[in-house]
Amino acid sequence: MPSWTTATLEADRWETPTARTLVLSVPGWAGHRPGQHVDVQLRAEDGYTAERSYSIASASGPDRLELTVQLAPGGEVSPYLVQEFRPGDRVRVRGPLGGWFVWRTADPDPVVLVGGGSGVVPLASMVRERRRTGGRALFRILYSLRSPDDRYYAGDLGAASDPGVDVFLAYTRSAPPGSVRGAKRLSVADLNTHGFPAEFTPLCYVCGPTGFVETVADGLIALGHDPRRIRTERYGSGGGR
Amino acid sequence: MTRPTRLDGNVLAGPLSEVFSVDLTAAARLCSVCGDEGVCAQLLVYADGPGLVARCPGCAVLVLRLVRTPHGVVLDLGGTGCVTIPLGEEP
Repeated sequence: MPSWTTATLEADRWETPTARTLVLSVPGWAGHRPGQHVDVQLRAEDGYTAERSYSIASASGPDRLELTVQLAPGGEVSPYLVQEFRPGDRVRVRGPLGGWFVWRTADPDPVVLVGGGSGVVPLASMVRERRRTGGRALFRILYSLRSPDDRYYAGDLGAASDPGVDVFLAYTRSAPPGSVRGAKRLSVADLNTHGFPAEFTPLCYVCGPTGFVETVADGLIALGHDPRRIRTERYGSGGGR
Repeated sequence: MTRPTRLDGNVLAGPLSEVFSVDLTAAARLCSVCGDEGVCAQLLVYADGPGLVARCPGCAVLVLRLVRTPHGVVLDLGGTGCVTIPLGEEP
């Protein structure tokens, strides 16, 4: 049973101007299953506590985990974690949590991963765990993001070192110059073109803002995918969880 | 008035781990009201109030309420339905 434990910030990386990956040292951490999350707890000096759930971004490994936190303006937890949390500072974490929105590395079935904004974080963990374990399952990733400046894990997600992992970037507000698709919402046509056909009975993982997740899941069902093969995780209305 | 933020049952994993020794979010659930078959991770969860409220995605019946008070955790499992919990093996 997970219990609260202390995590110390070891290093960090900026993914975008408002999203920061936290490399946390957690002695005794036994690893996780890709897709799982942790609860992070902040405690004020007066004893007030606030908790939020954040997906794990890294591959499984001992004593260390990475979270990517998107700044939610006016939020209670993310402004601290993104803007003030310094190497050596500590928070409490509980996890790994969740046994449903997870990918089993031994599963040979093809996988469709659909992420909206920071919803790409647990999907990145799946790709990194596939890499770490030498997995062969075919992955197709559809990553919906506002603009090129909002892209997480550039140079890592979709790296040439991951044969069998295709990444499609669906820009919603502004696309790079010369883009044929332009900028628009991720559509059923995009899911049809860049996912796997329903006849392949892929596992589908959808993560992101609530409206995005529900629209994509409906689109996958409309394309004939078995609802029981679609796993969803809703982040709510904000950019982060 | 802002619309309540709808999350899902994945977010229950941490709070429920304070009470149960198994992960309930991966457990299959048969709704006793509408017959919806899914897993607890697919419940619709509203977290805007002082606690967490989970509803059935099929019929919106109130499945579970969880509130932490200074004295403990108040857990209302009134509409849970029938839950099948995988033991041992990973789902």
